[in-house]
Amino acid sequence: MKEFIKKVGFPRFIITVFLIALIILAVYLDIPLPGLLSDILVRFGMNAILVLAMIPGIQSGIGLNFNLPLGIIFGLIGALISIEFQLSGFLGLFVSILIAVPLAAIAGYFYGKMLNRIKGEEMTVGNYIGYSVVSVMCIFWLVAPFSSPELIWAYGGNGLRVTVSLESSMAHVLNDFLAFNIGNITIPTGLLLCFALFAFIVWIYGRSNKGLSMIVAGSNPNFAMSNGIDVDKQRIKGTVISTVLAAIGIIIYSQAFGFLQLYNAPLYSAMPAAAAILIGGATLKKANIVHVVVGTLLFQSLLVVALPVVNVIAEGSMSEVIRTIVSNGIILYALTRKEGETA
Amino acid sequence: MIVPIIFLVLCIVGSFFTGLPASFLVNEMIIRLARNLILVLSLILPIITGLGLNFAITLGAMAGQIALIIITNFSIGGSGGFFLSILISTPFAILFGFLVGKILNKAVGKEMITSMVLGFFANGIYQLVFLLFAGTIFPIRNDTLLLPSGVGIKNTVDLANIKYSLDHLIPFNKIKLPLFQKLAEYPIPTFLLTLLLFLLMGYLLKTKLGQDMRAVGQDPEVARISGINVEKTKIISVIISTVLAAWGQIIFLQNIGTMQTYGSHSQVGLFAVASLLVGGATVDKASWKEALIGTFLFHFLFVISPLAGQNLFGNAQIGEYFRVFVAYGVIGLALVLHAWEKDKAKITLSDID
Amino acid sequence: MDLLQMKNISKYYDENKVLNDVTLTIKEGEIHGLVGENGAGKSTLMNILFGMPVIQSTGGYEGEILINGEPFTPTDPKDAMDVGIGMVHQEFMLIPGFTITENIKINREITKPTVISKVFGKTLEKLDYEAMAKDAKIALKKLDMSIDEYLPVAGLPVGYMQFIEIAREIDKTHLKLLILDEPTAVLTDTEAAKFLEIINRLADSGISILFISHRLEEIKKLSDTITILRDGELVKTVSADEIDIPEIARLMVGRKIELTQMAEDNRIKKDEILLEIKNLRVNMPGEIVNGVDVTVKKGEILGIGGLAGQGKIGIANGIMGLYETSGTIIKDGKELPLNNPREALKSSIAFLSEDRRGVGLLLDHSIEFNIVFSSLEIQERFLKKVGPLKLIDNEEVRNHVLKMIEDLDIRCTGPRQHTRHLSGGNQQKVCIARALTLEPDLLLVSEPTRGIDIGAKKLVLDTLVRLNRELGVTIIITSSELGELRQISDRIAIIYGGKLAGILKPDASDETFGLLMAGESIEKVVD
Repeated sequence: MKEFIKKVGFPRFIITVFLIALIILAVYLDIPLPGLLSDILVRFGMNAILVLAMIPGIQSGIGLNFNLPLGIIFGLIGALISIEFQLSGFLGLFVSILIAVPLAAIAGYFYGKMLNRIKGEEMTVGNYIGYSVVSVMCIFWLVAPFSSPELIWAYGGNGLRVTVSLESSMAHVLNDFLAFNIGNITIPTGLLLCFALFAFIVWIYGRSNKGLSMIVAGSNPNFAMSNGIDVDKQRIKGTVISTVLAAIGIIIYSQAFGFLQLYNAPLYSAMPAAAAILIGGATLKKANIVHVVVGTLLFQSLLVVALPVVNVIAEGSMSEVIRTIVSNGIILYALTRKEGETA
Repeated sequence: MIVPIIFLVLCIVGSFFTGLPASFLVNEMIIRLARNLILVLSLILPIITGLGLNFAITLGAMAGQIALIIITNFSIGGSGGFFLSILISTPFAILFGFLVGKILNKAVGKEMITSMVLGFFANGIYQLVFLLFAGTIFPIRNDTLLLPSGVGIKNTVDLANIKYSLDHLIPFNKIKLPLFQKLAEYPIPTFLLTLLLFLLMGYLLKTKLGQDMRAVGQDPEVARISGINVEKTKIISVIISTVLAAWGQIIFLQNIGTMQTYGSHSQVGLFAVASLLVGGATVDKASWKEALIGTFLFHFLFVISPLAGQNLFGNAQIGEYFRVFVAYGVIGLALVLHAWEKDKAKITLSDID
Repeated sequence: MDLLQMKNISKYYDENKVLNDVTLTIKEGEIHGLVGENGAGKSTLMNILFGMPVIQSTGGYEGEILINGEPFTPTDPKDAMDVGIGMVHQEFMLIPGFTITENIKINREITKPTVISKVFGKTLEKLDYEAMAKDAKIALKKLDMSIDEYLPVAGLPVGYMQFIEIAREIDKTHLKLLILDEPTAVLTDTEAAKFLEIINRLADSGISILFISHRLEEIKKLSDTITILRDGELVKTVSADEIDIPEIARLMVGRKIELTQMAEDNRIKKDEILLEIKNLRVNMPGEIVNGVDVTVKKGEILGIGGLAGQGKIGIANGIMGLYETSGTIIKDGKELPLNNPREALKSSIAFLSEDRRGVGLLLDHSIEFNIVFSSLEIQERFLKKVGPLKLIDNEEVRNHVLKMIEDLDIRCTGPRQHTRHLSGGNQQKVCIARALTLEPDLLLVSEPTRGIDIGAKKLVLDTLVRLNRELGVTIIITSSELGELRQISDRIAIIYGGKLAGILKPDASDETFGLLMAGESIEKVVD
């Protein structure tokens, strides 16, 4: 038993046991499982790319990228612009991404430059830079020159709406693409394929000479330097890729969610993503696709199943509480590990 | 030194645009200083001990709120209630501080991010306890504390019982002299207590314990070889910080008069840290001066920015967001500058000969 | 009367025995010199005596320590302090932000009780700065120092810091034994002279001194008794009057047992120059190189020796461009760009770092990835083109690595095993395999056998010689173990004070090596 727990990893063991207990409770409480399963698939698909964005950060040595909001902001801007021009469906989605990617890349580049001068404090700084960016953007949303009625308040009020509905633009375009049903379970084929595509890109990059240089720079900067690698450049590369993935991630997330969330919404977006990849078994220095898949699946399942179960037995905000405890608990666990120990 | 000057300029320029009368600003600042100084003070020791900014003072604030919930539950009010809550919060804060210290000792080199995440994590546990256990596992006598369902503490707890119990502890208004009538309007006892705690802090830094903390903060290796118990010293430092935060939060809330059960503590770390940094403190250097100057400047900006935003941009919300940005931004900036300095201190070949 | 007896002390670090049955006795009031090469076990012996945490965390020690005839088992520096042992460490143990007084009085502050301390305990007693300053002044005075005791230590000249550390130790009223670890290394000649005078005075006042130094002249002049360690064993304890400096040098260096039957040397010696280094300066902390000129012939093994901190390690790191470097390096007639590891690697130079775990390996990656990575990164081998990408070719990697594992006899569970879990010797073999994969014509090897058990040492050295003889790889080997340098090198350069002290044949006398390493000039030594 002890061997088994060690092999699976203590946090994953606990979370799996908790999840199984919740599922049993759900069955006992007559909560329909197919609905839960469909939800899990959707939640997995919508969050997985944001979790994927953690990989290049960890690989290149900047640790957990708590500055995910930086990329998210540009993803939102991309989506807003495409709505402003009344684009919808796949066109809207693509244009959003097309606008968001270069902006996120530029921002990621400068952020990476800054991180190179504060080595050792990337996570703390990243977190507060992220918060600062979000609050500056709050001011931007207030004054941004958008005019589409979808975006601004219907009756007076300044600036953009707090949540922008995507119903008439790109809501669910990926979810519904090639979607089919198995019994009562809906498979959001497009959404899952989309994640598979990005996961494949990240994976294949990690097998290429360029990706390997980045991974080496992150796992041992001294080793990398003695092998002629420009460690600072690799860190910038990781930061840029992570920021770009965050931008794309939020667009995919929003189309599945059906709304764009502006203002303070991106503030705490990095924590669940960081938690998911750590739950999957990543450490502050090592991460791969398997960690993303396992972690996102476990974490999102937990949240999806907990919600109806907890609603039956306790107050509504309880699932939010569970999320807080699990996500911060796992990050805390990772932070207090010694080097070489697995999470 | 540059940071407080920039903020001073911002404050002066901003105050022109608010059009608020000076007397209003002075009154507002007196109240805000009284209720925030102890919270900011609680950050100083961990910085001196080399732990950086202790974002986990949130746990201290929770200890304070736990005590307030307890006295409200037993409907104990007045100054008796106030001092009882101080008394009750202390053992909680000591326990929390001990745990935080233990955990930070396991995350050497990553203390700040760890203390921050620890704050979030504790917040989750706190919510769990008061949303789910209150009224079920812990019986609650006072029904007004509970949500209508009978489980969980309400989002807003009325602290009318102890409102101003410290601020108005000395009954100046009973003395029918104009001077005393005037004094009665201000939280003089709170200032006296704050002054006392500042003096005690000054005293502590001049004791053997304080000297050990400074040694540990500046060079843990040398401290260890000199026979100082580094881990224990750090834990004591965090415990004192957490206790001060608990007291600070009680004092803060007795002035406000209501408690957001699930919200009041969450921003405590943020605003206290931002205040201290605005005052010119850094991740490894802080004293009572920075605490005082910073609290003043930060809260001044806090008071004026919505109105300044309204008058400058025709939108009060811009000011609101601006002050949130200031809080986050000043922490981000201070951390960047600090890491930058360390990077610059390296020796190059041309320095050697 | 014996103040200190350390009896039959042995100590292991992992599989390595670093101290073997060492016995050391110090009488009251004597000055006891302790000499030995790096790795001879001096520091470990002192760490044991001073109760340094590193000893406990690596499994403690064997043997017995007696202080004034009473058993003493130190587990914490505080234990040592309590029985009156003080130590001035090689690196400064001062807090820069503290004043001189605060440093002298650290953790022994004088306090006076207050109302608060009476309630809450002794740690809240207030510091009595005046009394502390008075004590500090007295201690400084004993050292003939007239410096303001309220000055912060940061910014003081290096020489002063040494004296402040001693002032801190002699301020301890019950100080019986003062350990000085290389105390004169950072001092100028006049400072050192004054320093030695003060040590004599302290000994006259009844304090025993244990003096560790590589300046043999000082040791000889100052000590009453001298103990020589070599390879973790006691070579000799002798009265200083009965031994001369060349003899000390000889004993310290010693001739080691031939570890191995060398491969047959059938190289045709040419005088072709492969590498020419001019005025090399390297800013490697702790190993600063300050103007070295040396040439390396094609096909030779050049040894670089010297004591720790003298800069020998810096040379290879400088050539590779890992630390800020200036000067000229010419390889195969072409000038090598400085501060550029990639260019160095491309110029067919490979490097085995002295910091194997820190620089030489990716501890949490597989053996196979470690072995092929340099070549993959620099020469773009082990890659296959897929569309616009060049992907790692697992099959080619596997074939190559399996061959390497067999050739070098790397003991592992398979090519996928992470290098963290390998023994020191096998880790070093992985590093060698990585360097070999680059097929270099110049191999820089730093401390190849550090932290490796005796059996694996032989294998590593054998492999290096084989590479040199069979593949014609020119090797520059840097090592603290003179024995291994003499065993495999054609010539040995000794580095002292960041400069080349001289180049010796491996069969030069022990005495010559010992003296050259201790800073004597080559002219004086060779005569």
